[in-house]
Amino acid sequence: MRNGLVRKIAGYVFAIAIIVAGWQLTALAVDNPVLPGPFDAIPMVGTYFSDLWPALLVSLYRVVAAMAIGTVLAIPLGLMCGRSPRVDAVFAPVLYFLYPLPKVVLLPVLVVLMGLADAPKIVLIALTAFFQVLVTVRDAAQSVPEESVMSMRSLGAGRWDIYRHVIVPATLPELFTALRISSGTAVAILFFAESLAGSTGLGYFIVDAWALLAYPKMFAGIIAMAVLGVVLYELFDVAERRLTRWKARGARSEL
Amino acid sequence: MHRHDASDCVPKLELRAVRQRYRGSRGETLALDRMDLAVAPGESVAVLGPSGCGKSTSLLAACGLQRPTEGEVLVDGAPLAGPRLETALILQDFGLMPWKTVEQNAALGLQVRRMPKKERMSRAHDALRQVGLDEFAKAYPSELSGGMRQRLAMARALACDIDLLLMDEPLSALDALLREEMQNMLKRCWREEGYAQVLVTHSIEEAVFLGQRIVVMTPRPGRVAKVVDNAEMVADDWRDTPLFFERCRLLRDLLRAEAQAGPAEKPAAQEGASHA
Repeated sequence: MRNGLVRKIAGYVFAIAIIVAGWQLTALAVDNPVLPGPFDAIPMVGTYFSDLWPALLVSLYRVVAAMAIGTVLAIPLGLMCGRSPRVDAVFAPVLYFLYPLPKVVLLPVLVVLMGLADAPKIVLIALTAFFQVLVTVRDAAQSVPEESVMSMRSLGAGRWDIYRHVIVPATLPELFTALRISSGTAVAILFFAESLAGSTGLGYFIVDAWALLAYPKMFAGIIAMAVLGVVLYELFDVAERRLTRWKARGARSEL
Repeated sequence: MHRHDASDCVPKLELRAVRQRYRGSRGETLALDRMDLAVAPGESVAVLGPSGCGKSTSLLAACGLQRPTEGEVLVDGAPLAGPRLETALILQDFGLMPWKTVEQNAALGLQVRRMPKKERMSRAHDALRQVGLDEFAKAYPSELSGGMRQRLAMARALACDIDLLLMDEPLSALDALLREEMQNMLKRCWREEGYAQVLVTHSIEEAVFLGQRIVVMTPRPGRVAKVVDNAEMVADDWRDTPLFFERCRLLRDLLRAEAQAGPAEKPAAQEGASHA
């Protein structure tokens, strides 16, 4: 456990070194104030910390709340679609229409209906996460081996037991893959929504600095957004490792 | 051992003219033509036949997971409506849950029964001890070898206090030596626990080692071709007796004759099926 933590920190230090080096080289090659080098930008995180920190917290809150809502709503529907052909027959066509549609197009509607505060951003991100999780969970639930279900039924398990002991655990690994993928999309949508509507959050921070041509400050915001992404990723990673412990153990000592 | 003189009591399991059709993309297939089988309480019956003869189908019907297209399934003389708690089914892949530890898997049947945790864990541990897996209680199935997974499937069934065990090719994924070891375990558990069992297999040796009666099926669509009495299987060193080899040869000849005769034209010979 301790060892793992040390390795993880070493990994991050190494990653940061690579990124800083690449950034510095690119900045030197571009040689334009719009792309300041890392040694100009990174200190700005300290300079603007008092603005940056609340913005980071607001943005983090929005993404986490939105993804939680979207996921919690999507899981039961995804499981039902995956396991019941009748439910699927109703929802699948709706899904095919709405899934590929970029949910950001709804931002104007949401802003008019809900104002400029947290609500429209959360709803927008929740919608995106909802559909990504829904499609993944549905497909994963569909591909649960019939033999596992049969075994469970032969033990006298009812529908609820089968969900609890077979279907839900079987879909968890894929659920977390979906969450990690959609966390990238979620941050992108967060930026879009915050930069267009309202005056809070990292998206606003970045666009505001951009408008003032304060490029090092803008990059302080971009760095904070990268940190936000890492925090989300780690959050899902920790949750996944707690909930799918059986996977890691099996991989370690396959006989 | 007096489990075999039960011909006049109500059979534990009875299949009466069970027929199963499947509707597929290429029309209907008849998987099982006509299956008649009666298993006395505590009796061990092996069902032997070529792949695709409907052996597995008959098991699904016997444990109430699939309603036969025609015919009847009776348990203790009453029509079977669905899975019952005292019947366990062991499938070829053992049906273990990879996300549950060995002890959780062993206790699964009891958990479904809403037995309190303390009680079900203690019973699961007893069952694990019986199959020699108690040291691995906290492991996950992916950390077990094939033979150990087989033992775990057995422990899960034993924990449930079953009176009927149905097995669908439970040993076909194991290598030859391990198979013998597992066959010994299956026999030992059956003798200790006294449940009735039906073992579906395509291995002649397995059928002769484990079945008091051996039901030989015709190729698809399956029906009972012949029932061979094999009461001598209770002998301790049965596998090493001349009679064991002789019986294997007899069954090999029977299976070969069935394969050549082609899909069942002739009526099923039901010699000794109810063991009169």
